[in-house]
Amino acid sequence: MNRYFKTMRLFWTTSLAAEMEYRTNFLISSFTSLGNLAGSIFLIHLIFQRVPEIEGWSFDQSLLVMGFFTMLGGVANTVLRVNLSRIVQHVREGTMDFILLKPIDSQFHLSVRRFISWGIPDIAYGILIVLYAGMRLGLGPLEYAAALLPLAAGLVTLYSLWFMLGATSIWFVKVHNVTYVLSNLLAAGRFPIALYPVAMRLFFTFIVPVAFLTTVPAQAMLGRADWLWLIGAAVFAAVAFLASRMFWHFALRHYTSASS
Amino acid sequence: MKSFAHKLRTITGVQYAALLEYRAEMVLWVAGTVLPFILMGVWMTASAKADLVLQPVEMARYFFATFVVRNMTLVWVVWEFEQQVVKGTLSHWLLQPMDPVWRHFAEHLAERFVRLPILVVIGVVFFAVYPDALWTPGLWDIPIALAAIVLTFIMRFSVQYTFAMLSFWTERAHAIEQLWALPYLFLSGMVAPLALYPQAVQQVLVYTPFPYLIWYPAQKVLGLPTAAGSVEVTLGMAVGVMAFWTLVFILANRLLWRIGIRRYSAMGA
Repeated sequence: MNRYFKTMRLFWTTSLAAEMEYRTNFLISSFTSLGNLAGSIFLIHLIFQRVPEIEGWSFDQSLLVMGFFTMLGGVANTVLRVNLSRIVQHVREGTMDFILLKPIDSQFHLSVRRFISWGIPDIAYGILIVLYAGMRLGLGPLEYAAALLPLAAGLVTLYSLWFMLGATSIWFVKVHNVTYVLSNLLAAGRFPIALYPVAMRLFFTFIVPVAFLTTVPAQAMLGRADWLWLIGAAVFAAVAFLASRMFWHFALRHYTSASS
Repeated sequence: MKSFAHKLRTITGVQYAALLEYRAEMVLWVAGTVLPFILMGVWMTASAKADLVLQPVEMARYFFATFVVRNMTLVWVVWEFEQQVVKGTLSHWLLQPMDPVWRHFAEHLAERFVRLPILVVIGVVFFAVYPDALWTPGLWDIPIALAAIVLTFIMRFSVQYTFAMLSFWTERAHAIEQLWALPYLFLSGMVAPLALYPQAVQQVLVYTPFPYLIWYPAQKVLGLPTAAGSVEVTLGMAVGVMAFWTLVFILANRLLWRIGIRRYSAMGA
């Protein structure tokens, strides 16, 4: 286990060192994130301009959901997107062979090899919004703690979904189109799930589980989450993670290397 | 002039044939532009709860129109041009007796025709699921909507092709396009109809290019003059503002092209 932590630290420090070459990128992306944040808050303000609450959600409570969304988006940009798009590249160029030969779990290697700093501003802004909204709602440390479990579950779910999609590149080389669709669908997580019509709510809970990613953590913070939802989120995450591992091993049996 | 039209038609035809190979992927690319439907859901719920100028069914129509406009005016030339400069493949195009812009333009034009059938299918499904949102356009609405979409596309293409010129100076010209994408997202009417913005904001916005990228053509698709509560934009003013910005960007573009091409030295040259 210790070996894995050490390897991860090495992976990330070398990635960061390589990225230091492009410091302006980081500046530009933190500026873009800031603009995006201002726009998103403005949008929520527009939605709530004439009503104090919609379907049981107020402006501040929706801000909480937006905070979690920004945070998860940041994580996706820092580690998920870069690493999983590399799976496709490895399959296409045949360099996957080298990874399979390494004395370390291949799923681990593929998932954490790279680390990109552009997502960090989003993670920071997300945390700031959650803190700000929490302050306006008068939430205490216990309430913040309540969000941790569903947030972790949401992260694991997001990762597993993304990894499974990436793993399908063993068969279909052009999966980045599918990840493009997925990341656009995930944009629905900006708003509390209750703000959608019923059909969309079902879709974003059971087919693309956006509800578990951002709405459930916010509900947990507001003390509104049923135990059933929390257990549901945890079980969902565990199942998704196991499924991603099983799927990866299944996919590897079909890997035939390039040019063979 | 006749021979130029002929050339443009030929390269558009070639591009169309090439893009048709990717029709399965095109379905996914269109599916990736679901944002209007997500926002439609939220705004329909919100307008059912409060008086938001537009009724839920009008919200549904508006966001469907933004979906059509966005898909018909999509531009990606900055990414392609940047690659051409970075990898040096621009040189091949420079040898041809035609400005590279026309090849890019033809590719975008051809792509519209591959995309259109998918939009029609989505439209049929949408109105089958939600028949109340269906509306009957007037006789003149269709040519006006088409003209608005064409003008919007030309403006958006000119803007992005101007950003593309910066590739001669930096390797990441698309970063500026990503900055531009922010007002394009939040101030164009993509995330909310202009009528819901504060009056003062609307007054300023109608002189910028942004509302003419989504909101204005969407209103024309719906055959609406200007929605209640939003600022009045006459046809003349819309054409004037769009022509102004398009010209400004085309002039800047030609200037940057002349200076930039002298700086350009292909990879390995």
